[in-house]
Amino acid sequence: MKKVIGRPGLLKEVPFHYCPGCGHSIIHRLIAEVIEELGLRDRTIGIPPCGCAVLAYFYLDVDMVEAAHGRGTAVATGMKRCLPDRVIFTYQGDGDLAAIGTAELIHAANRGENITTIFVNNGVYGMTGGQMAPTTLLGQKTTTTPLGRNIGNDGPPMKLCEFLSSLERTVYLARGSVHQPKEIQRTKRYIRDAFQAQLDNKGFSMVEILSPCPSNWKLSPVESCKWIDQEMRNHFPLGVIKDYRTETT
Amino acid sequence: MKNDEKVLLRGSEVIGEAALRAGCRCYFGYPITPQNELPEYMAKRMAEIEGAIFLQSESELAGINMVFGAAATGTRVMTSSSSPGISLMQEGISYLAACELPAVIVNIVRGGPGLGNIAPAQSDYFQATRGGGHGDYRCIVLAPAYLQEASDLTYKAFDLADAYRIPVVIVGDGMLGQMMEPVFLPPFRENLPEKDWAITGAGKRPSRFLRTLLLDVHVLEEHNWKLHRKYQRITSKEVLFEEYETKDAELVVVAYGTAARIAQGAIKRLREKQMKVGLFRPITLWPFPMEALGRVAEQAARFFVFEFSTGQMVEDVRLALEGRRRIDLYGRPGGVVVTPIELSRIIARKYYALQQEARK
Repeated sequence: MKKVIGRPGLLKEVPFHYCPGCGHSIIHRLIAEVIEELGLRDRTIGIPPCGCAVLAYFYLDVDMVEAAHGRGTAVATGMKRCLPDRVIFTYQGDGDLAAIGTAELIHAANRGENITTIFVNNGVYGMTGGQMAPTTLLGQKTTTTPLGRNIGNDGPPMKLCEFLSSLERTVYLARGSVHQPKEIQRTKRYIRDAFQAQLDNKGFSMVEILSPCPSNWKLSPVESCKWIDQEMRNHFPLGVIKDYRTETT
Repeated sequence: MKNDEKVLLRGSEVIGEAALRAGCRCYFGYPITPQNELPEYMAKRMAEIEGAIFLQSESELAGINMVFGAAATGTRVMTSSSSPGISLMQEGISYLAACELPAVIVNIVRGGPGLGNIAPAQSDYFQATRGGGHGDYRCIVLAPAYLQEASDLTYKAFDLADAYRIPVVIVGDGMLGQMMEPVFLPPFRENLPEKDWAITGAGKRPSRFLRTLLLDVHVLEEHNWKLHRKYQRITSKEVLFEEYETKDAELVVVAYGTAARIAQGAIKRLREKQMKVGLFRPITLWPFPMEALGRVAEQAARFFVFEFSTGQMVEDVRLALEGRRRIDLYGRPGGVVVTPIELSRIIARKYYALQQEARK
């Protein structure tokens, strides 16, 4: 019988610590598959965040350096400048990237650092117990917005991809989701294209990924996927936002 | 510039050039007075050196994390700033210490707290010698008083950082940074130490990672003890200090950096008047020369601490002497710099008071 699917070689034989229905494990697998398919294991360095995915180095069989909260793109800058022929990616959540690490992100992107950021957007601070994130939807209840996010008090949810698209040296920006098999396959393609942009020395690339957080959303895994489909993707439209290969200049 | 030649340079240039000769190939930093001449020198010189990396960061916070990334690859890396900027870097320095990453951080200290001013000060002593950021850690702290020493210590800082895998802080002030003195520069280093822990992409070896999160309390405890044992090794091996006219001194002035220069000038005058006054100058502020100062106390009756703060190093002097000797403090915070003549008068008054007490 022909083997059509299996555990990627780059995923260590360790059970994930993630909650049932969490999107991180799927995203880890996609990254592992892409690195393996592009043959980059030997020269890839990952930078996990502060957050649920901090332990990514237990799962991915590549060199990794844990960064302080929000500082992933600055650490990646230092590494990439020293090792320009390595493939360097940061893996960051919405609190890490869109709140505390915004300055580092914008400047790394503006300089056109030749790195890739995997941005996991689940609309809440996961590890700290479900507080409001910059990407929390209006009206969404979290532990710090018990009455729902209010535009007057908290501002609207941030769309990082659209924001970064105005910067000259961002070359590839896409938003995927892991709530449906079809979107998972698309997201994998986005990740591959983002890594390819780095391999082609084009500049800064980022893939934002809508990801379920059933524990903090207080929804079942199935309801969480439904919520992404019916609510989240309305505010965060899926697709390629910027692609250097199709840009007309 | 060739190897081993005597040149006349500004303090900030001396530190920059010595760093490059020590094999520093990476500089990240953010402008702040009074140390801008250092990044400007690095920007100019690093453009001439193949493969050298100069990058002006968007903040000190980003800068120190770029340092963290570069250090993780095994590259010799430096940043510099002044007090408010060094405060912003403390998060990153704590992570460097936790990951045991070598880096050199220059603090051209200015008056504080807050924005303070840009005049020479020593008010960051606590921050530098007690770790500065969160957690149980130390940095090696070097305090040059002369430009030749600034060159030698900067050169040595990179070796110490690599040997112990530790952040090394060089403290100076605007006076040291701006003054010009003739200096013998060290040769360009070749054959830098191998770093078998560096994160460079796994290649053919098993993948590895650097982290600071250690959730298991026993694992983190052991990590803390491991760091502590390293700090003990450094304390027993790397202490540096200088004594001037202490052999027969009845009164010993304790001062470091610019304050020590001024103190030495004052003591020279007092010796001409046959006053038995000496200088003890810590060169490593951490590890502080506790034992050496204790030995000086075996013959000196009284100590006089002079520093540009309301009294920070004086606490280490008290710890070193453990109540055995009386210690007076003359502190001048806020960027005030006294002249050797002024200081000599203040020391002389203490000295006479001491003699009167002895006669009673």
